[in-house]
Amino acid sequence: MTRTSVLATSALARPRRSRLAICALEAWYEFVKTLRLPAYTIPTLSFPAMFYVIFGLGLGVSRPVGETDAATYFVATYGTFGVMGAALFGFGVGVAIERGQGWLLLKRATPMPVTAYFFAKVVMTLLFGTAIVLMLSMLGVVAGGVRLSLGSWLALGSATVFGAMPSCALGLAIGYLAGPNSAVPLVNLIYLPVAFASGLWLPIQFLPTWLQEAAVILPPYHHSQLALAAIGADRGGPIWGHVLVLVGSTGVFLGAAYLAYLRDEGKTYG
Amino acid sequence: MTETLPSTLSTAAPPVACLRQTTRRYGDVVALDRVDLALAAGQLTALLGPNGAGKTTAVRLLLGLLRPTSGKAELFGRSPQERAARERVGVMLQISGVPPTLTVREHVHLFSAYYPSPLTLHETLERAGLSEVAHRRFGDLSGGQQQRLMFALAICGNPDALFLDEPTAGLDVEGRRAFWIEIRRLIAHGRSILLTTHYLEEADALADRIVVLHQGRIVADGTPATIKQRTAGRRIRCVTSLPPARLEQLPGVRAIQPDRDGFVLLTTTAETTARALLQLDPTISDLEITTARLEDAFLSLTSVSETASASQDVHA
Repeated sequence: MTRTSVLATSALARPRRSRLAICALEAWYEFVKTLRLPAYTIPTLSFPAMFYVIFGLGLGVSRPVGETDAATYFVATYGTFGVMGAALFGFGVGVAIERGQGWLLLKRATPMPVTAYFFAKVVMTLLFGTAIVLMLSMLGVVAGGVRLSLGSWLALGSATVFGAMPSCALGLAIGYLAGPNSAVPLVNLIYLPVAFASGLWLPIQFLPTWLQEAAVILPPYHHSQLALAAIGADRGGPIWGHVLVLVGSTGVFLGAAYLAYLRDEGKTYG
Repeated sequence: MTETLPSTLSTAAPPVACLRQTTRRYGDVVALDRVDLALAAGQLTALLGPNGAGKTTAVRLLLGLLRPTSGKAELFGRSPQERAARERVGVMLQISGVPPTLTVREHVHLFSAYYPSPLTLHETLERAGLSEVAHRRFGDLSGGQQQRLMFALAICGNPDALFLDEPTAGLDVEGRRAFWIEIRRLIAHGRSILLTTHYLEEADALADRIVVLHQGRIVADGTPATIKQRTAGRRIRCVTSLPPARLEQLPGVRAIQPDRDGFVLLTTTAETTARALLQLDPTISDLEITTARLEDAFLSLTSVSETASASQDVHA
């Protein structure tokens, strides 16, 4: 094709950006974009801290729960609760809105690697998760007298943050199933009962026996057990069992998200 | 009556994008029905048609955003899903929302990074007329400025081809004229453009070629001049008490359309039609005979095909 470069005199000899560079830039702008939405960031960060203060600290920091005390125990469970929420809302509501408005469609028409879009959302979830865990840990140390070894802190932090992968994948599926307006109620409808049944609000051993037994089918239960194992307060059972459920359910939810994506493509009409 | 001009133009350069016997269904609805369309390089092709004609579906198939139910879509000789094909295309789609908290500059910066040899930020903002509001968040822009940002995102990658789906929807007259200047400039620099529009005036003013889609099929394909020639040639407007069914049967009439308190008739032979009108309706008023415009050409083409498909149904 004949083509003059008048439009682009200054832009021709520039090295092509690598996929990694695009991913990094995408994540950066996802961060900036989200940070400027205080109506989203403040509740997402403060709810887990608020619950921790009320239940973990307010009802007696040294009350024994399982093998540990309330202040320590609830860092793991409300941490899991918070990270799970950040994953479900970040993916579920974020994708539902951007898909519903056509923004995702426009981005898909560009050469942007699709992975960059999801990478950015994963990074945001990890950042939010880390912030939530740090906040609860500091509250625990300062106001609850929580004392752990460095190894335990690191294990607790990484289990809490990375255990959210199934919630990211489930959020993605919701993002492709729900409309921009129905995503928030749908996420809440799943988030709150599942969090309760997984033992994230009240310790799992305080729940009715049948619920305790049913909880093993819920990925957030395994998420919290992994975090509790880091402080020696889990209900026993091998670590790899929890990891296997988390990885497996992530795969199942990603499959559901892909089916929802295909269904969405078939429906879009115009 | 509904014969279509060949949609493959004999140019030396390979087509920028093409549909080959492409059908797209949504459930039971056939949005596009065995369409053949090849976009010639360096041209502006306007895709015209009423709502639901299949324009947006055609654009999305060419961009690989939809998969054809049957047939094929190609972009620069490749699958439109390939990154190498998309790196050469800039896109404006009809979308209802853009993340409101990022600034104009940030949006353009991110989109530029997707392309191998983008324009500089400065150039993109200048072209799109956004330099003054570069630091404003999308949510704080006026409707016209928001639309210009969409244009900026389409050109920032310095693409060979642009796909613009209703690019001037919602722009005022001034904004539309400014946009046309940029479009002509891109064509002058050898870019290929596919534009869908509701403004027939826009297609007439910009296009080298107009493709008319109706009910998922191409009903006309040619230069704006050819499209005009293919109509009845004359347009009669009048206020009459005759029923529409009677008007359709008048000699020479090819299409009619209600127009405010009266009717517009498209006719091949204005004189005989007018004579018949005056004989049948002595109370006729506001009689007006003019040359057909592109709008009329469009009406005539689409309503003729409706009649044709209706008669097909009867025979089936």
